[in-house]
Amino acid sequence: MTENGIGASVRRKEDYRFLTGKGSYTDDLNLAGQTHAYFVRSPHAHASINSIEVSAALASDGVVAVLTGDDLAADGIGPLICGVNVTSDDGESHRAPPHPALALGKVNYVGDHVAVVIAETIAQAKDAAEKVEVDYGLLPAVTDTATAANDDQQQIHDVAPNNVCFNWPFGDKAVSDAAFKSAYKVSSIDLLNNRMVTNPMEPRAAVGEYNSGTEEITLHLTTQNPHVHRLVLSAFNQLAPEHKLRVVGPDVGGGFGVKIFVYAEELVVGWACRKVNRPVKWTADRTEAFLADAHGRDHVAHAEMALDENGKFLAMRVNTTANLGAYLSTFATMVPSYLYAFLLAGQYSTPIIYSEVKAVFTNTAPVDAARGAGRPEATYLLERLVDVCAEDMELDPAEIRRRNFIPVDAFPYQTPVVQCYDSGDYNAALNKALVLADYGTFSDRAKEAESRGKRRGIGLSSYVEACGIAPSAAVGQLGAGVGLWESAQVRFNPTGNVQVFTGTHSHGQGHETTFAQLVTEQLGVPIENIEIIHGDTAKTQFGMGTYGSRSLAVGGVAIAKACDKLIEKGKKIAAHALEAAEGDIEFSDGNFQVAGTDKAMNIAEVAFTAYVPHSYPEGLEPGFDENAFFDPMNFSFPAGTHVCEVEVDPETGVVEIIKYSAVDDFGKLINPMIVEGQVHGGIVHGVGQALLEGCQYDSDGQLITASYMDYAMPRADNVPSFDVDYAPTNPPHNPLGVKGCGEAGAIGAPPAVINAITNALGIKHIDMPATPENVWRAAQTATS
Amino acid sequence: MEMISEQNIPAPRDQVWAALNDAEILKRAMPGCESFDVVDNNKFEAKITAKVGPVKAKFKFNVQLIDIDAPNGYTIIGEGQGGVAGFAKGSAKVDLTEEGTGTVLVYAVQAKVGGKLAQLGARLIDGTAKKMADDFFVNFNKLLSSADSA
Repeated sequence: MTENGIGASVRRKEDYRFLTGKGSYTDDLNLAGQTHAYFVRSPHAHASINSIEVSAALASDGVVAVLTGDDLAADGIGPLICGVNVTSDDGESHRAPPHPALALGKVNYVGDHVAVVIAETIAQAKDAAEKVEVDYGLLPAVTDTATAANDDQQQIHDVAPNNVCFNWPFGDKAVSDAAFKSAYKVSSIDLLNNRMVTNPMEPRAAVGEYNSGTEEITLHLTTQNPHVHRLVLSAFNQLAPEHKLRVVGPDVGGGFGVKIFVYAEELVVGWACRKVNRPVKWTADRTEAFLADAHGRDHVAHAEMALDENGKFLAMRVNTTANLGAYLSTFATMVPSYLYAFLLAGQYSTPIIYSEVKAVFTNTAPVDAARGAGRPEATYLLERLVDVCAEDMELDPAEIRRRNFIPVDAFPYQTPVVQCYDSGDYNAALNKALVLADYGTFSDRAKEAESRGKRRGIGLSSYVEACGIAPSAAVGQLGAGVGLWESAQVRFNPTGNVQVFTGTHSHGQGHETTFAQLVTEQLGVPIENIEIIHGDTAKTQFGMGTYGSRSLAVGGVAIAKACDKLIEKGKKIAAHALEAAEGDIEFSDGNFQVAGTDKAMNIAEVAFTAYVPHSYPEGLEPGFDENAFFDPMNFSFPAGTHVCEVEVDPETGVVEIIKYSAVDDFGKLINPMIVEGQVHGGIVHGVGQALLEGCQYDSDGQLITASYMDYAMPRADNVPSFDVDYAPTNPPHNPLGVKGCGEAGAIGAPPAVINAITNALGIKHIDMPATPENVWRAAQTATS
Repeated sequence: MEMISEQNIPAPRDQVWAALNDAEILKRAMPGCESFDVVDNNKFEAKITAKVGPVKAKFKFNVQLIDIDAPNGYTIIGEGQGGVAGFAKGSAKVDLTEEGTGTVLVYAVQAKVGGKLAQLGARLIDGTAKKMADDFFVNFNKLLSSADSA
């Protein structure tokens, strides 16, 4: 290992910039002649639009333009699309209702985009927006996930009878039913997965700029994937041809999935800057973020497990209703289908799994991927069900898990739900986690707490996730409209420093450090001489962006492959300069050396020679700059066991997390400090879902949790200091031996926390969020 | 949530009923009311400034009297647009009963909000609606009492 190479907890290179206020976010950008956009949004959940009167707004001070859906349609822009097909049980594609970026005759959720006002200042835009008169014809609203498809519900979209987007069965129902008939015992659970508003610290923003000379639009965006934005905006939304559209994602203050998608505001800003021929800026305020960011989760499910007399899982069947909101967001259909049902095996060797997913439309904000995306929903359901099984079989929760784990010698392991796990050692992680959590002595602590009138509980969660979202062939078969490889370009400058262009995007993950560590390890260039560049379609060759914990497992490998190419080329250049045979050149620690001699040439000298090729191998191209693409053979499958210990005050319902132990298998760690930070952040995200966060619409479709007064985010005092350790296995298909760690905590934590609470109270189940009120009520019922 | 409250008014029921149908008295009793114009029989248009939690807005209310049962009571309903602040809907069912020489006015209030008002003030709306209704009927009582003593 070099000093700052693989395995070193190098301090994050980017943090100096962030901590000294020198980060450059979309909203920091101000262009000459810039105008400001403000969106007129529907205050109603469901209504027809009889008329929109804009003349008073147009006459208002400072107004440049007031644009509606008719203007957008007249220019042939849009509609917004969903990029993943799911085939419904009638053999047809999922129902995709029209999704105009500005409403055409109808609004379908509170916050839906009705018109945009462009003015000299944001205050003038807001004042004018008040003067846009919209005559609405109110319609009944549908807001409840479980009943959205009932016959008596209001129909939202003509193309989706009963508000159903798709019914998607997976597995063999008859085989599953037979297994249940002959089971020794059947355990079951009904649960919901609470709707979340993702809330990255930086709200979404867009600054559009049109150059009438080159006819190019530059769109600065809060994006996790600039090239995906450019592709969708060009190919599907007709904003501009790809070569005339530049998308820049500068510093981005948190994404968690919410900045993957192509939103109405982004398309409208890109279009409007050309329309008014001046730069246009839009930044969401926090209320707009609550209203119009894609939300996450929102499932209602019933699950059953068939068991034999030893507590072995024979078969599982799951019935899920997933709320997709009013329209389909960019990847909405994929989340409750492929990213959910295909993870239902978890860490277990359950041979038969049958799943039915009904995805429904409601008059609520669109729902799409949020940290974990489908995998937290699957893990929560499975790990809660496993605890119910343990209770029913009178087995320790750790023991029932052990009895059903996929054994370490069974990898690669083909699950009954498509995924083939490449590596894992689930017992190793469980055992280590139990030691870390002092599981064996829990009963002593429970007794001690009881003497103080408190109830202690301990909960396990053994999760597996599929991340490093790829490979292209697999996602293509499933109906994705894109490939999921990654690209990199590693360029030496003549003076020997290195610029690395990656198609992934960093919005808090620390890529500028982790990727630089990869390069310093491989090429021996000092880390301070390496710059990681991402987020600009005009700089980076191409890329699919960052989500699904894919950046290192896919993007990192692309960088390593580009470095390999440089080393190969460098050997030719060094061989020529050192007057040796290419086969005799060895490369290590940044030096090309003739084997068995002290004749050597530093890689910086090689780079210089490549740009100043006065004496150079015949036929070899000058330059020291290589590209690589990587499309992995499989997903990557991080896994682990998290153990949460809580103390519940039955008098107040307050839950305190006393201890949280996480043992994860992320494969090889490049920067352990950054990984630990990701684990911490993910766990806090999961604790937020388990204890605090719950997005609520009332029956009229009004969002009544649209600010931090009514929507509780986790804070430092909600969590303890975490105990984090690792039980790595080597993923055979990944050249770097890495897996992915960004989502694991948010996937593993919710069931660990809830399992601890149900254990403390001696109850079968409590839905999330387990707020003091909900816990207090459960405690009263449990004791009465 | 429906909120029920009452006022004892030292005036005979017929007089109270007449006042309940007098646009000028209704306007003066309404907190934050800037105008109260008769549009049609039992239909009014009111401009009211109201504050719900952190949101202060001017509302254009369409007010209507329905279920009229002279002199026992009616229901007053209002639906208002507050621009970007959103909208509010509310009703007050008013029942009058004679008690001695005076009148007991019982009112039951319901309110709903939408848009920004709901996003920032949903949990405050019941309290706000109750306070507005209380202020209204207290003012109404005072106006009648002072008219009586005059």
